[in-house]
Amino acid sequence: MKKNWPLWEIFIRSKNGLSHKHVGSLHASDAQMAIENARDVYTRRSEGVSIWVVESKHITASSPDQTGSLFDPADDKVYRHPTFYHLPDEVKHI
Amino acid sequence: MSDNQLTKHFQDQIDQEVKIEPKDWMPEGYRQMLIRQISQHAHSEVIGMLPEGNWISRAPSLRRKVALLAKVQDEAGHGLYLYSAAETLGIDRDELIAQLHQGKAKYSSIFNYPSLTWADMGAIGWLVDGAAIMNQVMLTRTSYGPYARAMVRICKEESFHQRQGYEILLTLVRGSEDQKAMAQDSLNRWWWPALMMFGPNDEDSVHTQQSMAWKIKRKTNDELRQQFIDATVPQADYLGLKVPDPDLKWNDERGHYDFGPIDWDEFWQVVKGYGPCNRQRMRDHIAAHEEGAWVREAALAYAEKRAARLETAVA
Ligand SMILES: [Fe+2]
Ligand SMILES: [Fe+2]
Repeated sequence: MKKNWPLWEIFIRSKNGLSHKHVGSLHASDAQMAIENARDVYTRRSEGVSIWVVESKHITASSPDQTGSLFDPADDKVYRHPTFYHLPDEVKHI
Repeated sequence: MSDNQLTKHFQDQIDQEVKIEPKDWMPEGYRQMLIRQISQHAHSEVIGMLPEGNWISRAPSLRRKVALLAKVQDEAGHGLYLYSAAETLGIDRDELIAQLHQGKAKYSSIFNYPSLTWADMGAIGWLVDGAAIMNQVMLTRTSYGPYARAMVRICKEESFHQRQGYEILLTLVRGSEDQKAMAQDSLNRWWWPALMMFGPNDEDSVHTQQSMAWKIKRKTNDELRQQFIDATVPQADYLGLKVPDPDLKWNDERGHYDFGPIDWDEFWQVVKGYGPCNRQRMRDHIAAHEEGAWVREAALAYAEKRAARLETAVA
């Protein structure tokens, strides 16, 4: 069986102060090469100041079939939002 | 949910402009259509480097050379964004490359034409990238999330490709008579193949209807072709070059240019493998892939050895 370079997911911080954001994936033989390839593939126009690489097989994703049941506990809790609380207009800075 | 319900839910999402993401349920036909289209698109980006790569070492100045080099490097990047989008559909890179080498997957026929003169670097950037941009701007709104996101990145990078091409021709037409003739000759050779890039007429296009219903494509081949002609003819006029179509003229009533018939026999000949450079392109791609095999194997062996050494050091 022929073996291929594993797949890596690439996350890039575009500038300090912002989070890393997923930009795509690529193949590389190890983490160091994944970073170098990510630089060439995803930051040719200075789109980043920091790169994270994670082998795709290490990511566990929630299943879209369960989107309903997974997220519905949050759907009926309006009291988690500030607009649920009625205050008179005269009260400022709150 | 039953298959019927799933299909209905899927089409509802599409109709409401909700993007489809990799782990979402999708009809097998949708997955197959995307794999076919995205891989064909990826292969086109990669094979498209060959006619231009041909001129990097012969660019007339350092400025032209760095620009062409950067453009060709971008095209490699575009291929990679697209392969990575295709892989989210559950097919691996190796399989995609194998399909290309076996002739099961296609790439854009335009890259089966030779780049004979330096002016062709101008015409390719202006017309071939220009036509690709029309298609790709539409695809930024395609229904499959990873494909749409790849298109956004690509479109940001494409506009320099077209501008550098047009600038090459602008310089030539302002040069000597010979240089101007070289620019005209290049337009003569690339105009019709560029129009063919949009694919067969709508009534002959087997995939268009389904593709539009799934919002993979959002404009038909003929709509995009007309849009390209309308945008490009005034640019040719500005260059003082003549578009090689005696039937081309502005139609006030339609608000579009009318144009002559396309030679579809030529198009199908090239698609079937009988274009001027089909064999050469495939030969070069296969050679590069095979000659690079030892590098891929060595890098993997090195990575495995290092991982094993790290493990013993920790133990
Ligand atoms: Fe491209
Ligand atoms: Fe391009």
